[in-house]
Amino acid sequence: MTLAWHNGTRDSLTIRARIADPTLGLDGPGVVTVEDGIVTAVEHVATAPAGLVLAPAFVDPHVHLRTPGREDEETIASGTAAAAAGGYCAIVAMPNTDPVVDTASVLHALLEQARDEAVIPTGFTAAISKGQRGEELTEMAELAEAGALAFTDDGHPVASAGLMRRALAYSAVAGRPLALHCEEPSLSAGGHMHEGAVSAQLGLAGWPSVAESLMVERDLALAAYEGRPIHLQHLSARESVEAVRRARRAGIAVTAEASPHHLCATDERVRTLDANVKMNPPLRTELDRQALIDGLLDGTIDCIATDHAPHARHEKDAPFEEAPFGVTGLETAFAALNTYLVRSDEVSLGVVLERLSAGPARALGLPVPAIAVGEPANLVLLDLEAEWTVSEDGFRSLSANSWLLGERLTGAVVKTVAAGRVVYAA
Amino acid sequence: MTAERRRRHLLGVGDLTRDDAIRILDTARALERSLDREVKKLPTLRGRLVVNLFYESSTRTLSSFELAAKRLSADTMTLRASGSSVEKGESLRDTAETLGAYDPDVIVIRHPHIGAPQLVAAATDALVVNAGDGKHQHPTQALLDLHTIRDALGRLEDVSVAIVGDVLHSRVARSLIEALLLVGARPVAVGPPTLLPRGLESLGCEVSHSVAAVAEVDVVYVLRMQQERMDAAFVPSLREYTSLYGITPARVRPGQVVMHPGPMNRGVEIDPRVADSGASLVTTQVRAGLVVRMAVLYDLLTAPGLHVALPVLEVA
Repeated sequence: MTLAWHNGTRDSLTIRARIADPTLGLDGPGVVTVEDGIVTAVEHVATAPAGLVLAPAFVDPHVHLRTPGREDEETIASGTAAAAAGGYCAIVAMPNTDPVVDTASVLHALLEQARDEAVIPTGFTAAISKGQRGEELTEMAELAEAGALAFTDDGHPVASAGLMRRALAYSAVAGRPLALHCEEPSLSAGGHMHEGAVSAQLGLAGWPSVAESLMVERDLALAAYEGRPIHLQHLSARESVEAVRRARRAGIAVTAEASPHHLCATDERVRTLDANVKMNPPLRTELDRQALIDGLLDGTIDCIATDHAPHARHEKDAPFEEAPFGVTGLETAFAALNTYLVRSDEVSLGVVLERLSAGPARALGLPVPAIAVGEPANLVLLDLEAEWTVSEDGFRSLSANSWLLGERLTGAVVKTVAAGRVVYAA
Repeated sequence: MTAERRRRHLLGVGDLTRDDAIRILDTARALERSLDREVKKLPTLRGRLVVNLFYESSTRTLSSFELAAKRLSADTMTLRASGSSVEKGESLRDTAETLGAYDPDVIVIRHPHIGAPQLVAAATDALVVNAGDGKHQHPTQALLDLHTIRDALGRLEDVSVAIVGDVLHSRVARSLIEALLLVGARPVAVGPPTLLPRGLESLGCEVSHSVAAVAEVDVVYVLRMQQERMDAAFVPSLREYTSLYGITPARVRPGQVVMHPGPMNRGVEIDPRVADSGASLVTTQVRAGLVVRMAVLYDLLTAPGLHVALPVLEVA
């Protein structure tokens, strides 16, 4: 387990709020005391300020920091500052950079840079295949030794079943899981949005659900055959959730993510032709959204991952088909989930908090943030009632390609403590 | 004044109410009479600037927009560009802003990608007419087809129209289905399942995989079949497509009319004997293209709320 960040001061503070740690079964008014970065007291009290909730800070298993290569879109400093503002105490970066993180030397350089400029603890993944070309395996053992948390060709599927099988088998030597972007390219090729009624009406080429679920089924079968754990990234389709649920029951070691945008929005939004609702996998139907919520509720989906994907304004400011896939999400994740899921009573606050923190930490083998005496302070203070409008100039991220621009959201991050240090205060 | 006036565009059939569509068709009918005069030019849009911005090759659409603007005495300027804005180096937004500096009243845009007209509408103060964006919309084609059908059959209400062929890749089909539903006609899409988009029924039209459905309708609307679809294995061969879905004399019954947006692949989707028969409205469609596009420009530029003094159109 290797996380890197710029070591700052360790802070001392006292917070009075509703204390909610779903993993420990805590939920009630209390006062938490942090001394020198360590939780030293958790006391129950009679009342706490209305709307304020103190929870274990969030962990994002899926972030694109665009470094190296596209530092105009995001840097380690800006991306981690955005994460801190979103309530995160740790994030994991994807390796689809330029160059791709496929050698130990690239990974070493990134970890060193993170120790200089990361505001919060940051982990890195490495590619499964060299250059993410899906042809030859990377030197996984050396990369794991250098600190790769997991291996992923995210952004691209591993199209060859043969290579996937070898990668799974060999991942045992590296001792790290594979994180998989499931997409059968011969079915999704040329697709710009979910294939269904809306794509038929707009005339946009479809990226059908079955292109994801078929690959999910393949990878589950291969993982079972090789007896290796896998982590499935950004599930979007109902059929995928059902496949993961069956696999869990069959005892296959699988963890899975869903993103706030797939949990909150549907392909109906594409009617606006706004390139800020173009992402991969695409937004799907209300049935799919409901299936993702069911998966979140029963634990089939253990992680909420933003898939924060910054893009330069001029690239997104293009006709839908020309614009790249991806939306930002670190700074809006909690507010979106609170507005769309918690306040509409679709999902409890406890489930959202667990899937934003303990779930992803366990999936990637990171320490689980906990509000308990003796633990390092990894805390997020939330105001469930605060209303704010998402605007292009309000981001710490260098990019503003949010699917929520202009929307009024309820719920805000007031303070974030990561590794014992206050990294964000509104 | 610019800030206050409500700008109207024609980005898709969805921008029109039934009344809007009928008003435009009525205007087109009135304008048609003006074309029978010796001097065919009307002074209506004198001093107005209509820019045609075409990112895709086009013969009939571009020529009819150019001529429509000229017949109404507007100044016209045509820019042809190839490739996507990304490949070209200059973004579509930059191009639109550059053109915007000339204060055009209308920008007519054709682009290979959906949403380009919306982007131009957002980037300039001009009224924007979509002359085809990707596989999305081609609203003036749909209007000229309505005009043609109304002229031929005397009505639109309850007219049944079979749209035959490659609906999947056709902006013409998408706009026409929407326009037919808007005016109370009944579209049915006919073609092999691989060329009908999944979810097409959600548009509100019937769907059939059998050419037999053609026998039931008033209008047979034939779509162009493109060779590149074969290369991508949407159908096994043109030969098989033609034998299953080609519109031959045997498949057209007396009293039916046949339409095609052009350009035709004679012998593929339409038999030459049908294309050249009395049932064919293909050349009527081309003529309708001119008057309908005149009507669209007239309607956009002389609509209430624009506060411009223009001579009232003679309907004599």
